[in-house]
Amino acid sequence: MSTTIDPEPYSVGVSMKRKEDQRFIQGHGNYVDDHSIPGMLHLALVHSPYPHARIVKIDKTAALAVPGVLAVLTGEDLAAHNLAWIPTFHGYDKQMVLCVGKALYQFQEVAGVIATSRDAAHDGAELVDVTYEPLDPVIDPFVSLTDKTLVREDREAKTNHIYHWEVGKRAETDAALAAADVHINERIVFQRCHPAPLEPCGIIADMDPATGRLTLIMTSQAPHAHRTVVSLVTGIPEDKIRVISPDIGGGFGNKVPVYAGYVVAAAASVVIGKPVKWVETRTENLTCTGFARDYHMDVEIGATKDGKVTALKVKTVADHGAFDAAADPTKYPAGLFGIVTGSYDFPTAFTELDAYFTNKAPGGIAYRCSFRVTEASYAIERAMDILARRVNLDPSELRLKNFVRKDQFPYPSQLGFVYDSGDYHMTLKKALDKIGYADLRKEQAEKRARGELMGIGISTFTEAVGAGPSKHFDIMGIKMFDSAEIRVHPTGSAILRAGTKSQGQGHETTWAQIAAEELGLDPQNILVEEGDTDTAPYGLGTYASRSTPVAGAAIAMAARRVREKGRNIAAHLLEAPLADVEWSDHAFNVVGVPDKKITMQQVAFAAYTNPAPDSEPGLEATFYYDPPSLTFPYGAYLAVVEVDKDTGAVKVRRFLAIDDCGTVINPMIVEGQIHGGLTEGFAIAFMQEIVYDASGNNLNTNFTDYLVPTSLETPHWETDSTCTPSPHHPIGAKGVGESPNVGSPAAFVNAVMDALSPLGIEHIDMPLTREKVWTAIQAAKK
Amino acid sequence: MTITVTVNGTKYVRDVEPRTLLAYFLRESLGLTGTHIGCDSSHCGVCVVVLDGERAVKSCNMFAVQADGHEILTVEGLAAGGKLHPLQQAFWDQHGLQCGYCTPGMLMTSYALLGKNSHPSEAEIRDGLSGNLCRCTGYQNIVKAVEQAAATIGAEAAAPVPEPVAS
Repeated sequence: MSTTIDPEPYSVGVSMKRKEDQRFIQGHGNYVDDHSIPGMLHLALVHSPYPHARIVKIDKTAALAVPGVLAVLTGEDLAAHNLAWIPTFHGYDKQMVLCVGKALYQFQEVAGVIATSRDAAHDGAELVDVTYEPLDPVIDPFVSLTDKTLVREDREAKTNHIYHWEVGKRAETDAALAAADVHINERIVFQRCHPAPLEPCGIIADMDPATGRLTLIMTSQAPHAHRTVVSLVTGIPEDKIRVISPDIGGGFGNKVPVYAGYVVAAAASVVIGKPVKWVETRTENLTCTGFARDYHMDVEIGATKDGKVTALKVKTVADHGAFDAAADPTKYPAGLFGIVTGSYDFPTAFTELDAYFTNKAPGGIAYRCSFRVTEASYAIERAMDILARRVNLDPSELRLKNFVRKDQFPYPSQLGFVYDSGDYHMTLKKALDKIGYADLRKEQAEKRARGELMGIGISTFTEAVGAGPSKHFDIMGIKMFDSAEIRVHPTGSAILRAGTKSQGQGHETTWAQIAAEELGLDPQNILVEEGDTDTAPYGLGTYASRSTPVAGAAIAMAARRVREKGRNIAAHLLEAPLADVEWSDHAFNVVGVPDKKITMQQVAFAAYTNPAPDSEPGLEATFYYDPPSLTFPYGAYLAVVEVDKDTGAVKVRRFLAIDDCGTVINPMIVEGQIHGGLTEGFAIAFMQEIVYDASGNNLNTNFTDYLVPTSLETPHWETDSTCTPSPHHPIGAKGVGESPNVGSPAAFVNAVMDALSPLGIEHIDMPLTREKVWTAIQAAKK
Repeated sequence: MTITVTVNGTKYVRDVEPRTLLAYFLRESLGLTGTHIGCDSSHCGVCVVVLDGERAVKSCNMFAVQADGHEILTVEGLAAGGKLHPLQQAFWDQHGLQCGYCTPGMLMTSYALLGKNSHPSEAEIRDGLSGNLCRCTGYQNIVKAVEQAAATIGAEAAAPVPEPVAS
């Protein structure tokens, strides 16, 4: 699948080598911190050591005495510019930029030091003398819900409860659960973790006092949305703001929200009239910027004694930290958690969620997943395995018995989605065949007889991506469409601009491939540009696997508009009536005369040199695509593990991922995305967690304590695919970047629990560290 | 303090603060921004450069003054004569990069690795790259890229030297 072949024109489905790689392999990438502007100042932030404390006094004297330090900004200083608080992502809450009155979580930003050099700024930050009066922190969401200590005094409602959300049929589900032959009820926790892209977040804010224009070169997954937010918050007209998102060193959802450093740098640049750079440290990245998950889910399934599911109920407590800054579309406070019925045909279902404030960093971002889909997929895939054990069915049989059938698509789920397409039976059967499932079960039986712990785990997830249709999806009112603009030059090369922003996904290649396929042009000669709000059409950016489902569709549609205009020109060149000119095999010809072709390149030249009489010269088009529906990629993943019963160490022996993401634009890139997502899923399953101790100290503040898998631990990945095109996407694509991170954690955990089942161990919460597995084994022995 | 370092074949004499890390010196004093910074604690390896032609060092873990009198090779110095180094070509061919942020460090670590071991096994490559983190690729294609580069370099070394053309 990964064999690269020479690039060829008209190339959807071709493993074309990436166009963007030339600069990256030669050290000519262009990330935020690589930019420098003459006269640029530097910002360093001061952080609270306490998770909950009153700010008694901030003494700037010593900091201001450091040579090169120009200013120390506090929350009160920002208040003078009406920037002490900014709205959160979906607009339901507000968050402090710098502490005002209180610090609400450890490492919260208290002050910003502006200096002429990076070192002077950090020296100054060390010397800002803050007097705190520590207060009792609320760390556990289940303590928070008692409201004994209030996290947010600033809010009108004197409670830590943020919101209640529910969907489905409560009474019907409760009745079905009560009547079920078999009823499982398991607390499944998806731990707090962090995307930790290798490039930290950063900005250069550059207010030009002469023109009044504010340029923000920043790590942004959504440059247009950020421009609009900056305009709404500051009152600066939107035409006076330019957001440039240059090369991004990984995002994974972490670069969607607005962070304190961005705002303070921008405010400082506006006030001082000079460019200000802020680049966070790794510790700042892990402790202050958007975390993910932290869902505590009680999952109940009812089933007949032979394993046919009858009802699903999930009750979740969500820990949102100190502000409700979860990155979810406005009408979806719990994101797309309703996908929790997964790939299964539940006759009835109900889910509810309550979110709470705690004295922890805010977040709840979509870490390499569509909004809250990873939490939901993990919950249902774990629970189905627990059910399989309870009804004595092989987990593969239980799944095959309960899958939504191919003939049920488009499938309306009990929790409000309409799945577009799929053939779950085919994909799981392919996976079972390919990995040699029957043989593995046989081997496992032999090993069990010898007392060895081998496990096989299955996860057959369904994702909901491509947010989204404007009737449902918006962020602070901005509808979640996306856009593309294509200009074909006289010589038949082109520039393509989109409202998305690649952070490694390879858009410069895949977007060119889509346009090339639609236009019959050479993808090597289609320049793709994203991330500059002065030039790109308005779009909502890249996260939640929305780029291919939404912007990818916009590109195909813009290209088709170009083609329609080109057909006019072709008719002129062919001296044929328009109705007789057709597009086939990547060129125009007169119906019935396939040999007499006019290429798009010829049409492009004519558009500028010999346009049809009474027609508009030039050859370009823009398309804003409002998707009619979400897309529903899915997959069947199988993990094979060995557990060392003496040490608790888990070895992932094999991992097979069969993905169905509809039409594949570039198989090499899709496979690479799957490798990467599986590795992040592996990290979450076995090593990653942001832990706060009982006093509110963050225990995972750097890569010593927050583990990223290296080349040594990372398993070898086996991949394959099935293809069920999306019926409503112009080229049938569904999106894939996040499927492996959504689907794989359950496969790993199911495999380990399968290995431990002879000991009677049913569930251990992630991450499955050696210590946790060993402790569970020891407890089981007693 | 004044230091003299040779970077990618060019000699530089520069004044530096004693606390300046080599990574910042390369990026900010010399403008060689291909060397990245990602963790501040020597875990991630995006800052790796090659010291004296053979040793991969994490330039965020070394002071610029410690490089005084030494030769440094950075990612910008890998391609020669308008031709990509076999490692660069292999990373491109094998899709060994996605966001590109870890790539310079991966290339320089691999360069030093192949200098010591011209035909490493997969296990040796994985061991050799274990100080370099990547969040995008899952390492599999990086390993393949290093294998390809080793084969290319081996084939080039084995190829007969072309006869000089008489003029």
